[in-house]
Amino acid sequence: MNVLGKILALGALSVIAACSNNDPSALGGGAGGSGAIVPGSPSDPRSPAYFQQTVGDRVLFSVDQSTLTPQAKTTLQGQAEWLLANPDYVAKIEGHADEQGTREYNLALGARRANAAREFLISRGVAGNRLQTVSYGKERPIEICSTEECYSKNRRAVTVLTGSTLG
Amino acid sequence: MMKLLTSLVLGLTLLSAPVHAQSGPLRLEIDEGIIEPMPFAVPNFVPDGASAAQYATDISRVVAADLTGTGLFREISSDAFISRVSSFDAPVQFADWKAINAQALVTGAVNVSGERLTVRFRVWDVFSGQELGDGLQLAGTTDGWRRMAHKVADQVYSRITGEGGYFDSRVAFVSESGPKNQRLKRLAIMDYDGANVQYLTDSAAIVLAPRFSPSGDRLLYTSYESGSPRIYVLDVGSVQRQELRTQDGTMSFSPRFSPDGRSIVYSLIQGGNTDLWRMDLASGQSARLTNTPAIETAPSYSPDGSQIVFESDRSGTPQLYVMPANGGEATRISFGQGRYGTPVWSPRGDLIAFTKQNKGRFHIGVMRTNGDEERLLTSSFLDEGPTWSPNGRVIMFTRETQGASGRATLYSVDISGRNLRPVRTPDGGSDPSWGPLQN
Repeated sequence: MNVLGKILALGALSVIAACSNNDPSALGGGAGGSGAIVPGSPSDPRSPAYFQQTVGDRVLFSVDQSTLTPQAKTTLQGQAEWLLANPDYVAKIEGHADEQGTREYNLALGARRANAAREFLISRGVAGNRLQTVSYGKERPIEICSTEECYSKNRRAVTVLTGSTLG
Repeated sequence: MMKLLTSLVLGLTLLSAPVHAQSGPLRLEIDEGIIEPMPFAVPNFVPDGASAAQYATDISRVVAADLTGTGLFREISSDAFISRVSSFDAPVQFADWKAINAQALVTGAVNVSGERLTVRFRVWDVFSGQELGDGLQLAGTTDGWRRMAHKVADQVYSRITGEGGYFDSRVAFVSESGPKNQRLKRLAIMDYDGANVQYLTDSAAIVLAPRFSPSGDRLLYTSYESGSPRIYVLDVGSVQRQELRTQDGTMSFSPRFSPDGRSIVYSLIQGGNTDLWRMDLASGQSARLTNTPAIETAPSYSPDGSQIVFESDRSGTPQLYVMPANGGEATRISFGQGRYGTPVWSPRGDLIAFTKQNKGRFHIGVMRTNGDEERLLTSSFLDEGPTWSPNGRVIMFTRETQGASGRATLYSVDISGRNLRPVRTPDGGSDPSWGPLQN
C-alpha cells in the first residue's frame, strides 16, 4: 500500500494533464479574454495546456501499425521543440490501441507505439531520461463507438507532462 | 467466507460394498456428438429432520443445475414424477421412473447436526435397475453446502460419462463496471457457476488477466497499481498480494504458472519490444526465452511442462508457435486465415484453445497441438481469452459487445461448439481463469 500512496501523490502532480487529456476544452475557457497571456492557460506558450492543445499532445497510428505518419512526425517535432524549450518538464508517453485485437497483443502494440514516439523525440534531442513510456493497450479508449472513426482516435500515443522540476 | 471454505472438510465415504463394477451399462459417450440430452431425475433429497429440509432442496437443485448446464443431460420435472422418494434406503420403484423415461436417477439424503452437514447419495441406471457405482457420503459444514452439491454432481457426471467432473471448481476473473472509456476493473473469484463471488482487489487500478496456480492456491495477475503494468501474485486464502519484481523500469504482463507451480512465464517489454521470459519463483531469477524484434506474448505451458505455446507477430501477423519450455527454436502451428492469439494448452494435453480474428469477427477455437484439425467454436464481434475447465471439456471466455454501451460478459461453450451460454456475474466479467477441481 506504500506503493499505492506514492502513486496517488504522483497522480496529484499530473492531475491537470490527466484531466485535460480527456477534455481538452476544459482548460481553454474562462480567463484571458482581453488577449493577455494568462500564465498556465493555453495562450501561455510555456504552459502544459499550450503543449496539449497548440503543439498537440498525441499522434495517431494506422491499424496494427507503430510507424509514424508524416503528420505524426510534424506533431512530435513540435513536442520535441517544446520539451527542449521547457527543460524542466518530464513526460510519460502513453501508448494505446483500439479494441480490435486481444488484450495481450494490444498491450504490446501500445508499447511499440509509445516507444516509436519516444525514439523520435530522443532523435530530436530530448533526453531519454525525461521520457517514460507506458502502454494501456485497449484499456483506455477515449472514443467508445465501435467504428473506424472512433478506432482511429484510439490508436494513439499521448505525451503526458507528468510534472515540472520547478514544482 | 474464505475461511469457511478453506476450513471446510469434505470426507468421502463408501456407503456400502460395491454391487457393480464402475462401468455400468448406462454410459454417455461425449465424443460421439450428443444431440439428444440424457433425461434424468433428481427427486428432492430426503431431509433427516426439519433443519435439513432447506439444504436438501437446495442441494438437489444445484445438482440438477450442474448436470443440466452441461447440455448433456435434461432434467425431468418433478411434476411428472410417479414415485416419491421418502426414504433414502427404501427400494427404488424403477418402473415408475422408466414410465417417465428417466434414464438416470439420483437419490440422496441430507442430515444437519449443528453446523455439520452430511449428504448421502446414489446414482441409478433406471433401465437396468442397477446402481451406478457405489453410494457415497460427503461430510462438511453447512456453509459449504454448494460445494457438496457440486461434488455430488461431479460424481454423477463422472459415472455416466467416464470423464472427470468440473463442478467443484472456481473461476477467477475481472469484474467490470462503467462505460468503456471509464471502465472500473476488480479482481474477483467465484464458483464455476457464478455463485459466491468474492472481490480480491478494489477498482483503484486496472487489473488484467488473473491466472490460477495449478493447485488453485495463488493467482498471478497484471495490475497498474504502480502506474505501469506489472505482475503480482495473490494468495487466494489470505488475499495478500505481492509484486513479482522483474527488471526495473520495464512493463511486464501476461504471466502464467508452470505446471509444477514453481516458475512463471511472462511477457516483458523493453524499449517497446515484447519478449517472453521465465522466472523461478523461489530465487526470483529470470531468464529470457525469446529474443526477436517481434511481439511475443500470451504464453501457456503444455501440461507436462516441456513446451510453451505462445503468440508472435514475427511472420507479420499474430500467429501461434510452440517452443521448448527453456526457449529455442519455435514452430509455427497456425496457418489458417486471419490472426491468432491467446493460445491455451488443454489440461488433457490434446488441444490448444485460441482466439482468432478474421474478417472483422472474433472466434474461440481449438486445434491439435500441431495445428491440425482447427475448429471454430464461437463467432461474435469480440470473443477472446479462452480458459479450460479442469476436465478439458468446456471453455470459458470473454465476449464483449460493440458500441458505446458495449459490455463484457463471461461465456462458456463445450469443445464440440455446443451449449454456448453466459455465466452470470453481478457486473460485467472478463479474463476468466478456470481453477482446478477442489479437494
